[in-house]
Amino acid sequence: MKPLLSLYKRELISYFTSPIAYIFLIIFLTLAGFFPLLVSGYLQRGEADLLPFFSWMPWLFLILAPAIGMRLWSEERRQGTIELLLTLPILPWHAILAKFLAACSIAAIALLLTFPMPLTANYLGNPDNGAILTGYLGSFLLAASNLSIASFTSILTRNQVISFILSLTIGLFLVLAGWPPITDLLVNWASQQLVDLIASFSIMYHFDSLQRGILDLRDIAYFLSLIAFGLISTSVLLNSYRSNP
Amino acid sequence: MIEVLNLRKSFGNKIAVANISFQVSVGEVLGFLGPNGAGKTTTMRMITGFLFPDAGTARINGFDILRNPVKAKANLGYLPENAPAYSDMQVRNFLEFCAKTRGLQGPSLRKAVDSAIEACFLQPVLQQSIETLSKGYRHRVGLAQAILHDPPALILDEPTDGLDPNQKHEIRQLIRRMGHSKAIIFSTHILEEVEAACTRAIIIDRGQIVANGSPAQLKARSRSAGIILRLAEENQTSLCSQTLQNLPQVHQILHENNSLRIRPKPDVSLHNLSLAITQTLANNPTKFELLELRIEEGRLDEVFREITTPDTTQN
Repeated sequence: MKPLLSLYKRELISYFTSPIAYIFLIIFLTLAGFFPLLVSGYLQRGEADLLPFFSWMPWLFLILAPAIGMRLWSEERRQGTIELLLTLPILPWHAILAKFLAACSIAAIALLLTFPMPLTANYLGNPDNGAILTGYLGSFLLAASNLSIASFTSILTRNQVISFILSLTIGLFLVLAGWPPITDLLVNWASQQLVDLIASFSIMYHFDSLQRGILDLRDIAYFLSLIAFGLISTSVLLNSYRSNP
Repeated sequence: MIEVLNLRKSFGNKIAVANISFQVSVGEVLGFLGPNGAGKTTTMRMITGFLFPDAGTARINGFDILRNPVKAKANLGYLPENAPAYSDMQVRNFLEFCAKTRGLQGPSLRKAVDSAIEACFLQPVLQQSIETLSKGYRHRVGLAQAILHDPPALILDEPTDGLDPNQKHEIRQLIRRMGHSKAIIFSTHILEEVEAACTRAIIIDRGQIVANGSPAQLKARSRSAGIILRLAEENQTSLCSQTLQNLPQVHQILHENNSLRIRPKPDVSLHNLSLAITQTLANNPTKFELLELRIEEGRLDEVFREITTPDTTQN
């Protein structure tokens, strides 16, 4: 456990010694306020909930999660520090987990800093705070899923741009597979069951119930298995990199 | 201490390391030589557990690097090629991070970091971030990181690369000092370094060990290594040559002007050869009057060129 903690700390601090963390937080908070208030007309709706706020989360994290995750392993490869890291007396999953958790912490800090949104809702009316909590839980799981994907795409390359584009593309697929405009289009081509099956792979499908306050274990399990997939893939790719760098 | 057992690695069709085995015990400083691309770095990466071998393994202090990697790595200090380090960190923070990840804490952590800083002369740059350091300081940070937990085994990939002559000297001194209590492998291109710091040297070429011995033994394999013998009576020279020809230690006798150059068989030291020669001449019925008997140590660069250039016929 001790090496995990030490690796995690270094990783987290490195976000703040470079401008990445600050730029990410500023952009995230600006957009997280801008979209619901100005695009979705939050104040004009006259309803005390945070649906317009949460409904933007898949799109925000689609782009911003790869931005914080793209450097996780590619930077180690570029600088050659991966050799240093993997010859420390640690297990590979210590490093994989430490990096992932550090990136998740940045996402968690970003979500926590949106606290004025629920405060505003509570000031203006009587929102369902349970739904707000599940919405935040869903947003965090969403971010973590995207980050686990960024973790494995970042190990494929020493180039952060490639890493970013790859994880963005995978993330985009996971969002679009269940996005109504796309599923409506698919219904014309395939049977309803097939469309439903594809949609059930989508982040949108599982996030939707969480943002509405429905805590379904199947949705939680979906996100957790997506995270597990991302981290196990990272481990497999790390092993193959160490066989043939 | 460090045991390398039949390591093998190929990348695609190219065989990088073909079945390398050797051992280094405590008190030994092993120089790892070879032309660029001979497989030095690949071998070191496999010993340290960064790269998975195709076959074979290495043991550090008895721990198998594949079966028990955490224990093996805990007994090992490693300076990778080009001394990579997290460039955004300050020197002191970086060393503390390495020490913490290695499980040190409290006073023992501070002591370890402080003594590594002292050994590598890092005091002037402790608060600087690593990206602002000169190449020499970067290397010393890498070296400090490798020795801070006082490991019994040390593997250094070109530790003096990019240093100025003074710094090179300091690092060699440090390696020699540490060599008394540790098993050290270091790779280098600089042959004087081997003579200055190593107790033994291995030369590898195209993934295979082509020479393994003390610097003196290796030098004895060079073309110019041998005993120079000059007789007072020049016309006795060929008789003397015939007398010595049949000694088991003698590989070849060359006539040069008025003297003989007697070359030893591989694995025969020049010292033993000279003893054998003087004894034989003393016991010989014909009394040869010696004008000169001189040991000419060979040159390492000559040996290196001879055994690592593919077209040279070995003699």
